[in-house]
This record gives sequence, C-alpha cells and structure tokens, in this order.
Amino acid sequence: MAKELIRLSDCFVQFDDDIILDHINLYINDKEFLTLLGPSGCGKTTTLRLIGGFLKPTSGEVLFDGERINDVPPHKRAVNTVFQKYALFPHLNVFENIAFGLRIPQAAPGEKKKRKLPESEIQQRVMEMLEIVNLKGFEKRSIASLSGGQQQRVAIARALVNQPKVLLLDEPLGALDMRLRKDMQNELKRIQQTMGITFIYVTHDQEEALAMSDTVVVMDGGHIQQIGTPEDIYNEPKNAFVADFIGESNIIDGIMRADGVVEIFNRKFQCLDKGFEKDEPVDVVIRPEDVDIVPEDQGQLRGTVTSVTFKGMQYDIIVDFYGFKWLIQTTDFCPVDSRIGIKIDPDGIHVMKKSQYSGMFGDYSSYSEEYEEISDAEYDPEAEEEQEDGHEE
Amino acid sequence: MKNRLSLFAGPYVVWMALFVVIPILMIVFYAFSSADGGFTLDNFTRIGEYLPVFLRSFELAFLATLICLLIGYPISCALAREGAQFQRIAMMLIMLPMWMNFLLRTYAWMSILENTGLLNRFFSAIGLFDLINSIFGTDIQYFKMINTPGAVVLGMVYNFLPFMILPIYSVIVKLDHRLIEAARDLGADSATVFRRVTLPLSLPGVLSGITMVFVPAVSTFAISQLLGGGKQMLLGNLIEMQFKGAAYNPYLGSAVALVMMIVVVICMAVMNRFGEGEEQAVVL
Repeated sequence: MAKELIRLSDCFVQFDDDIILDHINLYINDKEFLTLLGPSGCGKTTTLRLIGGFLKPTSGEVLFDGERINDVPPHKRAVNTVFQKYALFPHLNVFENIAFGLRIPQAAPGEKKKRKLPESEIQQRVMEMLEIVNLKGFEKRSIASLSGGQQQRVAIARALVNQPKVLLLDEPLGALDMRLRKDMQNELKRIQQTMGITFIYVTHDQEEALAMSDTVVVMDGGHIQQIGTPEDIYNEPKNAFVADFIGESNIIDGIMRADGVVEIFNRKFQCLDKGFEKDEPVDVVIRPEDVDIVPEDQGQLRGTVTSVTFKGMQYDIIVDFYGFKWLIQTTDFCPVDSRIGIKIDPDGIHVMKKSQYSGMFGDYSSYSEEYEEISDAEYDPEAEEEQEDGHEE
Repeated sequence: MKNRLSLFAGPYVVWMALFVVIPILMIVFYAFSSADGGFTLDNFTRIGEYLPVFLRSFELAFLATLICLLIGYPISCALAREGAQFQRIAMMLIMLPMWMNFLLRTYAWMSILENTGLLNRFFSAIGLFDLINSIFGTDIQYFKMINTPGAVVLGMVYNFLPFMILPIYSVIVKLDHRLIEAARDLGADSATVFRRVTLPLSLPGVLSGITMVFVPAVSTFAISQLLGGGKQMLLGNLIEMQFKGAAYNPYLGSAVALVMMIVVVICMAVMNRFGEGEEQAVVL
C-alpha cells in the first residue's frame, strides 16, 4: 500500500468575495506523480500554493506526514517548487542558482545549531544535479544566455538539489515549444522515477496530464471534478466537464431505460453502465474515435457529413444527426454532404449523471471556434497568469 | 547619416558643447594659467592650504549620503510593497518639496533652526530648558543648531533625499516577486532573502542613488552658506569665493574645481567597481 504524504482536508480559500477553492479534500501518496488539471482560474495553482506554503487556507487543514503545516512558512517545508517561467536569479550563474538552497545554513534534524554545508559537498551535489538534467559544462553560464529549455532544467535542478520529499511544478512546460515539451515530459517522468520522490504537477494541458501522471485531479470552479488514473479519467469521465476537458467528446442527452440500455435520439443503445434509476435523464459521452462509419442503411444512426478536416493520422468529420452535430474521427474519407450511418459498440458509450455542466458542451455546430478554444496552440499563458496573479495579491 | 532621427539630437549636441564641454575646457585652461597668462602649476601647489576644506566637504557629503541611504532604502522597500494608489500618493509627497524653490526651502530651515527659531521657541514653550537647567544647574536658553556641521548635513539630507529614494524605489518596485518566493521556497528566511536576492538586485538603484546625492552634496555652496553660516566652508564656498568677492582668483578657483571633479570621478569609479565586486562577492 502506498503511504499517504500530503492531505488537504476541507480546504477553503477566499479572496475578497471570490471563492477560489471550495472545500477541497485531497490526499497525495508518497512517490506519486499527481497532476492538477483544469482550465485557468480553476484553483489548481492555488492548491499548489497551499502545499508550497505561499498561501494559507481561509479554513481547513494542510497536513504533511500527518502533521498540520498551515502555519509553517515555505522555507521550513520539505517541499520545493519549480515556478512558472522558472524565476531563476538573474544575478547568479547556473552553478550558483542551483547551489542557492545548499548555501543556506540548515539545522540537522534533532540539532539546534545551523550549519553550512562544506564547499566540497555543495560542489559535488550541484555537479550531480547538472548531470541529471543534462546540463554538464553549463555551470559558469549566465542565466540570460540560456534557452528556455535549459532554463527549465536549471529550475528543476535548483529545486531537486535540496532533496525535497515533494516537488511542486507550476505549468513548468508552458513556455516551451511543442517538441521541447514532449522531450521534457519524458525527462520529467524519468527524473521522478530516478529520484523516487512525489511530483505534484499543475497544467492545463490534458495530453501532458495523461502522459505523465499516476493520478490526475481534474478541477474546475474551485471544485475537484474527478480524481483517478489517466485511464479512468479518459474512459469513465464523471461528468460533462471532465468528458469535454479530457480529449474530444460528443456529449448527448440520453435517457436510461434499464441497466445497460440507454436511449439516444429515440433509439436504444447497448451500454455497460448500470445503477441508474429507470428513465433517468443522463449525459452520454461518445468519443470521436469510438464511432464506426458504416453504409447508411446499416447504421444505428444516420446523418449528413457537414465538414471534413484532414489531420494527418485521421480525418475529423462533423456529422449532423437530427440537428445535433457530432465530431467523428475516421480513417475513411467521407465527402461533405454524403449520407453515412454509424455504429457504436457498448464499451464506446459512457453514461454520466446530469450535472451543472450538462448541456454546456458537446454540440459541434460551431465547430471551428470551439476547436480553437480546445486546441492548445491558442492557449495564452499570459492571460492565465494575469487572472491568477490577481488572486494572489 | 545612419539614422534620420539623429538629426534631432543636433540641438542637444550643440547645447552640450557650448555649456558643458567648452566650460570644462576653460576650467582646465584657467587651472594651468597664471594671472599674466603663462603656464603654471602654482594653482595646484596652493591647493594644499585648502586640504581641510576638501576633507570637510567629503566628510559631510559622505555623512549626508549615508543618512540618505539609511532612510531611503527602507522607505523604498516599504513603499514598493504598498498598493498602487498608496504608492502614487507617497511618491507625490516625496516629490512635493521639490516643487518649491531650493533656496526658499533652505531659508525655511534657517528660521526653524535659529537660536530664536521655531524649534527653540517650541522647546522653550514646553519648558524643556527650564527642566534641563533645574536638573543640571545650567543656564541654557537655546540649543545651538544653526551654523553647525549637523545643520549642513541636515540641509543636504533634506534636499537630496528624493534623489536617493527615486532610483532605489524604481529598481525595487520592478523586482520580480517570484524571485523572492523562489528564494523562500529554497529555504531562505527573510534576512537571507534580503541579503542574497533583494539587496544584490537593487544594487544598481543604490549606486545611482549614491551618485545622485553625493555629487551635489560635495559641491553645494548654498546649503553650507545658509545653514553653516560661513563657518562650515565647503568646496563650493571656496570655489565661489575665488570667482566672486574680495579673494577674486579664477585661476585658483578653476584648479580647485578641477581637482574636486577628478576626485569625485575617481570616487564614483571606485564605487562602481566595488558594486560589481559586491555582486561577485554575493556569488562567492
């Protein structure tokens, strides 16, 4: 059994009249890679700041190893942070940035007197760290002369060299380009596994979250929407928000007619979900890749193709079913205006309880705009920062 | 011409040449000339007589700069933490005295510090002198404040403090707050954050503040004349005397001015080197 390391117990955070975190409960295991995932303003950075010690909850408790640490300042916590945009010290070179924490005299456990680490040990530990983050030979370089990816590595090394029990990462890859991000994802996962420590990772990028994490915590509006493994979150989203935020999905109104039978557009579909009331209205999630295209007369549903986009690996097509537009991913080319039928296997249908998010997502009638909103290329880290900084005053 | 806009720098270049470069060249010329127009080094050998004036000027200017720094740095730090509205108002209050004439402000201090001035009358009114006299058996009627080195330093601090606050404040206010959080995250307590992050990063502001206070303080003549009563002769007064009044000797005056300029430039150069060294020292 994994050991619990951090627990947020009924944490409530409010700035002026804004509720940022609404009674959050969360525990984090030792050596776990946990990701806080959500759109800007969802409270994920605030959660991280609670753990880092830069913020005290208005009410509720932060526990570390079973001890209440609400009032423990950041410099006394066994936690280090990799900041958004790195926050490296511009007046120090690479070596001294990494050595910053090591040069601060610390009291050994059980001792009162603070002691400085011997220079030889500092030297050795910084050099080890430089090797881990692949920056050997950069120790004398100034921060300004490094690329974004290199600065990122320095920031990670600077935090890890202090041998924290937990590393907090606040959108650490947000400022990097696509390819570098992919490389760094692997790098981070590797570092986490070699060092054997807990990583708490904040991101708005669902792909990043799914690729790296042991556990994903999806947040929105100061609430935790779902906690689970990446597979759980993707395959069994708890509500329309999670389904929409994690990957592309068609979210359709349905009615649960019996265990394993859901009705969509007045047609009954086989599904695997049970435990709903008879005739309970539900949200039904159908992933674009779970839909099979068949000739019109063989389809469970029939619709008209209204748009086709070539995506390299597949085509994204928008299909109109009785006025409701679905996104379907297929390797078969279907021309615009052609009539098609579709089939969905029972395990491709996910039924969710109605929630406050019902009816907010799912129709692709305004496809192009919505697509841009979801796509990460359009994401502007500055905008999020302004918004979130506002809360931190 | 590389840049068509550089045409607009023309007037400034002419201005600088006419009123800065040529006067400095004239000072150099006069400093090495005798009354009959020949080349001489006498002016410089005579400067030795005025060594005490040099020492006093640098001492008082140094003291004033130090006090400005000790007052200005904490104020700048505190100010940078306040809300934007508060900062604007506080900045205006700091600048407010500068909207009044410099001489007028200094005259005001005269009437405050005089033996029969505002402060002494206030002390007398609250019975401070009676109290002291009854305890120590003395016969004090007033504190002597005007015409002391202290009064001159006070005048310097009062007049030049904004020049210390402004550059330090503008550097500190731009300091990235995340750097401070990062330092705290890495285990630094408040004192360590200050010593290893805030201070080294605000050093450029401190250096320009020191320069902007020290240079006018070392060459002032109005403050020492009004608040020092001519008893605290400073370099500024010495130079002024050589150009106006009975001691008329522009050759000596030029030599003094030139030497002062060179000493100041050397001081600044050394300090800037020290400043760079400081950053290095923090690194080490």
